[in-house]
Amino acid sequence: MTAQAIIQSLASGLLMGLLYGLIAVGLALIFGLMDVTNFAHGEFLMIAMYLSFFLFAFFAIDPLLSAPLVAAAMFVFGAVVYLLVVRFAMRAKANAGMVQIFTTFGLAILMRGLAQFFFTPDYRSIPQSWVGGKTVSVAGIFLPEPQLIGAAVSIAAFGGLYFFIHRTDFGRALEATREDPGAVALVGIDKNRVFAFGWGLGAALVGLAGAIMAVFFYIYPDVGASFALIAYVTVALGGFGSVFGALAGGIIVGLVEATTALLLPPSLKSVGIYAVYLLVVFIRPRGLFGSM
Amino acid sequence: MDKTFTARRRRDLIIAAVLAGLAALAPLVIKDVYVQNILILTLMYAALSQSWNILSGYCGQISLGHALYFGIGAYTTELLFTKFGVLPWFGMLAGGVIAAIIAMGLGYPFFRLRGHYFVIATIVIAEIGLLLFQNWEWAGAAMGITVPVRGDSWLKFQFMRSKLPYFYFALVLCSLAWFVTWWLEDSKWGFWWRAVKDNPEAAESLGVVVFNSKMGAAAVSAFLVAIGGAFYAQFLAYIDPESVMGFQFSLLMALPAVLGGIGTLWGPVLGAVILIPMTELTRSYIGGSGRGVDLIVYGALIVAISLALPQGLVSLLSRTKTKGATR
Repeated sequence: MTAQAIIQSLASGLLMGLLYGLIAVGLALIFGLMDVTNFAHGEFLMIAMYLSFFLFAFFAIDPLLSAPLVAAAMFVFGAVVYLLVVRFAMRAKANAGMVQIFTTFGLAILMRGLAQFFFTPDYRSIPQSWVGGKTVSVAGIFLPEPQLIGAAVSIAAFGGLYFFIHRTDFGRALEATREDPGAVALVGIDKNRVFAFGWGLGAALVGLAGAIMAVFFYIYPDVGASFALIAYVTVALGGFGSVFGALAGGIIVGLVEATTALLLPPSLKSVGIYAVYLLVVFIRPRGLFGSM
Repeated sequence: MDKTFTARRRRDLIIAAVLAGLAALAPLVIKDVYVQNILILTLMYAALSQSWNILSGYCGQISLGHALYFGIGAYTTELLFTKFGVLPWFGMLAGGVIAAIIAMGLGYPFFRLRGHYFVIATIVIAEIGLLLFQNWEWAGAAMGITVPVRGDSWLKFQFMRSKLPYFYFALVLCSLAWFVTWWLEDSKWGFWWRAVKDNPEAAESLGVVVFNSKMGAAAVSAFLVAIGGAFYAQFLAYIDPESVMGFQFSLLMALPAVLGGIGTLWGPVLGAVILIPMTELTRSYIGGSGRGVDLIVYGALIVAISLALPQGLVSLLSRTKTKGATR
């Protein structure tokens, strides 16, 4: 194994890790806001990838251009899912934790079934996009353009999110609700609106990731499932609820995955991620940057 | 124990005995192999879900990784059978014991995790098991194991001519899982588990050894699920990692209990009786095209039941019964 090969895979791991962070941050946001894990998060990603695919197939809009459109559509989708389904799961008095878990799980199965029904189980891809299949070479290291763009979008999105949470009124309302959902009602903040907005924002972020991934990943009804597990690991690593933790967790996951792929057969590359997850939650049950 | 509770328990036992007796007579009327197959699967899932319910329903530790124990039961039995010629009966017991030991070994670190962290850890560990078996050449890797025909007898636990022996074994397994649950419900363990589920801190302060009671639930639950896995492997005569350890199995085990009523005695049975025939029928009549109709029905049903009847279908049957069962 040459130094070149090691640097190459670490660089790819870093790029992929930034994207993992973007996939996971919506999950972290929703968890932090209302202590709910969205087990349909992977299916949100899947829907975004299909949206991106159909915008390309029917209107020839390149995924890079359609990304904001997909994010906007996903925002509405996330808010609607909250208002139509999750809101009611939050009201359960008996078996509250199970109700949330199985409601979002049921939603995931439903979305997967609908995708199979309407889009067939066929694998689809967008090979003719602007950046598809192209690579950039930096000092002998080859970096695929789609992943580079994905990493750039991820960094921009995290920057935007930081600004939004800390500098805007709605961001502050979001933070306040997360700190004390009971007290915000006293100062006139509608908890339900904030939660709906949080779900929208979370879905929009994973939508952005889905649009980018549509360029270099196969699109099929089950695509979300494997990424969802990576997203849970990412979030748990960084600490549920921590936006910065999601970014750090994503980078760690990307690097661990790349390293595992160097050492073990490719079919075992996820084992490294899972092992690191188990190790971290055993040492710090709230994740690396989780509060409490 | 108040009178009504004892009376209810006796009534439950009588109902179960009558139902099991009726089920045992069913093959006299039902000769169709396709329907018999559905009955076998229904009994098996009822048994699995009942076992899952012990840890996840009664003790409140939601596991979505029980496919690991199912796969261990299946693999232990078939590896011992094909590689060493050990009779499946011994393999089945060995699988159960190994699964129980692994469940306790995992419980040691896992039971410190709360809520979502615990759920995700169970998914992750089952996924690791799946990946390892897929890459384990000696155990057939991703290709799996085809179980060779060594006879047609109860001794070899293989039946070529008729599905009925599998049916009766599944019935015994289902009755066993139900009876174990019934028995534990009124034991020290049963009360501890419900206390741990409702409020672990309060339970701890009242002298419940939370950690040990979780360990006990995990061991019983994993043991019974592994027996189910061993049965399934003999029944299908073919196993591969994805089909016995895949995530869908973890989900399929949980769903009857979720539908029927988590943490109740009759929930898993009721859920399986409704869910499994429905799944099999949708699969053969509309789902065969791979269009995912079965998933749509499944998913919509889970969302609807979770939201409308968080305590499952048994809560519809009798208010007082549910009250008693979930407490």
